[in-house]
Amino acid sequence: MSERTEHVDSVATYTIVWVSLLIATAVTSAVAFIDLGPFSVVVALAIAVLKMLLVALFFMHVRHSTKLTRLVVMGGLMWLGILITLSMADFITRGWIGVPGK
Amino acid sequence: MASEVHVETLAVREQFDTASQQKNASTLGMWVFLITEIMFFGGMFLAYTAYRSWYPNVFGAASRTLNATIGAINTAVLLCSSYTMVLAVRAGQLGRRKTIMLFLVLTIILGFVFLGIKGYEWWEKFEEHHVPGASFHLEGTPLQGQAQLFFSLYFAMTGLHALHMVVGVGIMSYLLYQTYVGKYTAEYYTPIDVGGLYWHFVDIIWIYLFPLLYLIDRHGPKP
Repeated sequence: MSERTEHVDSVATYTIVWVSLLIATAVTSAVAFIDLGPFSVVVALAIAVLKMLLVALFFMHVRHSTKLTRLVVMGGLMWLGILITLSMADFITRGWIGVPGK
Repeated sequence: MASEVHVETLAVREQFDTASQQKNASTLGMWVFLITEIMFFGGMFLAYTAYRSWYPNVFGAASRTLNATIGAINTAVLLCSSYTMVLAVRAGQLGRRKTIMLFLVLTIILGFVFLGIKGYEWWEKFEEHHVPGASFHLEGTPLQGQAQLFFSLYFAMTGLHALHMVVGVGIMSYLLYQTYVGKYTAEYYTPIDVGGLYWHFVDIIWIYLFPLLYLIDRHGPKP
């Protein structure tokens, strides 16, 4: 029989993660009203990625999950990266070169 | 009747060697579904990113009309609901029936609070004529078409997210009933675990919607 037992995290761990998420929300809201130029997107997305990692690793138990599950999660994010990167490579560069006759 | 249901849920199906293998398969199945959801929402995030890069000025002006304070409060509400959800899953791991029910009820209440605040925001949009259609008008720009595009994406994305919240509240209500009739124990609580994955996923979608729709174009003059 399998020896693997269910990993039970402490309430303290979840509480720390929850408070961190609320702090990150306050920070991202406050930073939004400072003019950072193009970096406001970078900062907002960096904080969003941090919050996603906290939710996924702790609340969704990815840090205790099987290797196969982790592989599927990473694979999904990779496909999302392909969707956005390749599509934006098209949309952003359309105006770069003049098209004869257009 | 109750014992019959009990035996069925605890039994390891013939294709699995162990109960933990069966549970891992359920978790993996939910993740595969969530990946399809990532791609589903990903298409909308891509559309938003592409049009925002084409029409940055109007998208910025339209974004600044959204109420960032209400958005931040709703983010906090949703994060609190994820906290109560994970505590419900933890109670499931420990087989504490009453604690599961308490935290599921709290999660459902917070879900309704989020939807209520969201509904108020949408009502504001109707009052301000910021709903795409014949009576649409965004002050301070002649480019009403581009502004409608922003609000079309706003309503599609927040609407789809809210629909997922409604489904989530439905799932939590089902889990609450199943917990009430004593279906879940420390040995078998997979539906609570998997339902929790769905709830947290919907939370993560909002974690991206909030900054992208409300926050990244805050600086600059009000239209």
